Amino acid sequence: MTELMAPPDHAAVDAAWRRVQLARHPQRPRTLDLIPRIFDDFIELHGDRGFRDDPAIVGGPALLEGRPLMVIGHQKGTDTESNIMRNFGSAHPEGFRKAQRLMRLADKLGLPVVTFLDTAGAFPGPAAEERGQAEAIASSIKLMTGIQVPTVVVIVGEGGSGGALAIGVGDRVLALENAVYSVISPEGCAAILWRAPEAAPMAAAAMRMTAADQLELGVIDGIIDEPGEGAHTDHEAAARAIKRALLEALTTIGATATPELLTNRYARLRHIGTYTEDGAPAAEPELPSLRHRIGRILRLPGVPRRPRWSEVWPSGEDGPESEDES
Amino acid sequence: MPIKFPFSRRRSGPTDAWTKCPSCEQQVFNKQLERNLRVCPHCGHHFRMGIGERIELLLDEGTFVERDASLESGDPLGFADQKPYPDRIEAAKVKTGLREAAVWGTGAIDGQRVAIGLFDFRFMGGSMGSVVGEKIARCFEAALAERLPAIIVSASGGARMQEGTLSLLQLAKTTAPLARLDDAGVPFISILTDPTTGGVLASFASLGDAIIAEPRALIGFAGARVASGTVGEDLPEGFQSAEFLLERGFVDMITPRAELRSTLSRLLRLLPVAPVEAIEPEQGQHAWGPIGVLSGLAERVGGAVSETIGIKVEPDAGGSGNGDRPARSSGAPEPATTEDER
Repeated sequence: MTELMAPPDHAAVDAAWRRVQLARHPQRPRTLDLIPRIFDDFIELHGDRGFRDDPAIVGGPALLEGRPLMVIGHQKGTDTESNIMRNFGSAHPEGFRKAQRLMRLADKLGLPVVTFLDTAGAFPGPAAEERGQAEAIASSIKLMTGIQVPTVVVIVGEGGSGGALAIGVGDRVLALENAVYSVISPEGCAAILWRAPEAAPMAAAAMRMTAADQLELGVIDGIIDEPGEGAHTDHEAAARAIKRALLEALTTIGATATPELLTNRYARLRHIGTYTEDGAPAAEPELPSLRHRIGRILRLPGVPRRPRWSEVWPSGEDGPESEDES
Repeated sequence: MPIKFPFSRRRSGPTDAWTKCPSCEQQVFNKQLERNLRVCPHCGHHFRMGIGERIELLLDEGTFVERDASLESGDPLGFADQKPYPDRIEAAKVKTGLREAAVWGTGAIDGQRVAIGLFDFRFMGGSMGSVVGEKIARCFEAALAERLPAIIVSASGGARMQEGTLSLLQLAKTTAPLARLDDAGVPFISILTDPTTGGVLASFASLGDAIIAEPRALIGFAGARVASGTVGEDLPEGFQSAEFLLERGFVDMITPRAELRSTLSRLLRLLPVAPVEAIEPEQGQHAWGPIGVLSGLAERVGGAVSETIGIKVEPDAGGSGNGDRPARSSGAPEPATTEDER
């Protein structure tokens, strides 16, 4: 795609770093600032039903112009005290498991899912490791790839690595103008590749983590303009812009039939990445999803659906009676 | 000490005949180490393994057929830190003789065909960028299409920073096919080797239907540098070990290398690809029957046998269900041929 270039110039480094600072601005609107300004009604649901309620992720059903949906987002604090309570928006496994529970509920009721991303990353401490942080993120991602409802993701502030992606798989992925999205924090990247945390601005530029870069790379689908000097200057205007974008996105993908929705979501993920094959740029990868879907209808061999226990035990007399699916 | 100097220099080189075990610090004769599957004969420390050795360990001799070997990384970001990304890839290629950090293909374990992907940690820390993600996704998709159990042997530091969010999104790209394997009744066995951390663990590697870890392998979400940098404290000793994960319920078993192949073989028998009754419209009379005795019988009767083990074509569609109602996915219209023969 882009030719090899010299290390980023100072202007580019400064510009990238300014975006990172805006994305982390302490007055930037948080999920719970945005929700009452965007939705007509909202009831927060708490807890993962397994361990505890993680305040770093919030969510619940909401009404958008009178229509119900499920909204889930990272929640940073606004001052020291609330930031400690919210763990600076860095979720533990139970936060992601709460999100999964809410997504399953949305899937059950046919509610679209809207997520707001704003986290430096999933919490990496001992308690998180102990309760399976990696598994929680992985199963969140897997769930989002398969839920049968439209999903819109808005990167509001920091889209920090796996902790962001865990609630960041969508049919439409949008970002606020000054939001950033990255595989690792610029500080982490600098520490590993430059062996100097002070190289963070360089790392930020090299990773091309701004919303504009992400749009160019095809990772996000659109950018939501921010008011004035940034969303922190006017929460109302920022919320209005997000609401407009949500309505537009949901109207578009809401009209898509579920099989197409899932096929497109799969294809979207499947196309991400650049590589060469046989020395040539990648051809469009074959979409097994389409074959899979058509194959299911036509009952093509090798395109199966989930088997019933009676097929695993084919004699029919080895177990309890099974229900008829058809 | 002019005599000792070259000796001690050779000791750390790749051509050296001895390797120092990092665990018990004893010197191990390399040939002995190879014979012992790269496990320290003194303390049982499992040394890291290359892809070739791993294939030799796990698969029936000569059955591995690599696929998509020609996939190579681009440089989507034009990334350069102290070294440009393409230079790092070139260096890794020279060092390992591989084109990328992962390889996938098909092979057999005690005659049971599998789709298998393997990582090599020596290639840029086994990091997952576009190519690795693509290979893993294709491995799963082939497992789905050909109805083969999927096996991934992970050894990775996580997502590859040099491809930015494109690497991050490989977590979703490699995980999405797993939901399809669930629907299709195709098992996935995840093998975690030293080390498996970051994005690889936070995606498909944690989602095996069965998860096997090698003894004392480092397995964890956050690398030590990330954790101590963020939390300001080092993780307690043994916190990211295979043994700890077993205790906490995130892996199913810890299997010494010498037993890995036999354990896999048994698991494949115990967790077979679910048989599927599906009709091939053109041929009408063929049903895709269950594995085992029935298909063996079909083979003797002379029905066409697909090259995929576990899926056999039976000559008589009516026989496959043994009077059991064939399951139908709800809502899917049925081709006329299906109805006719029923």
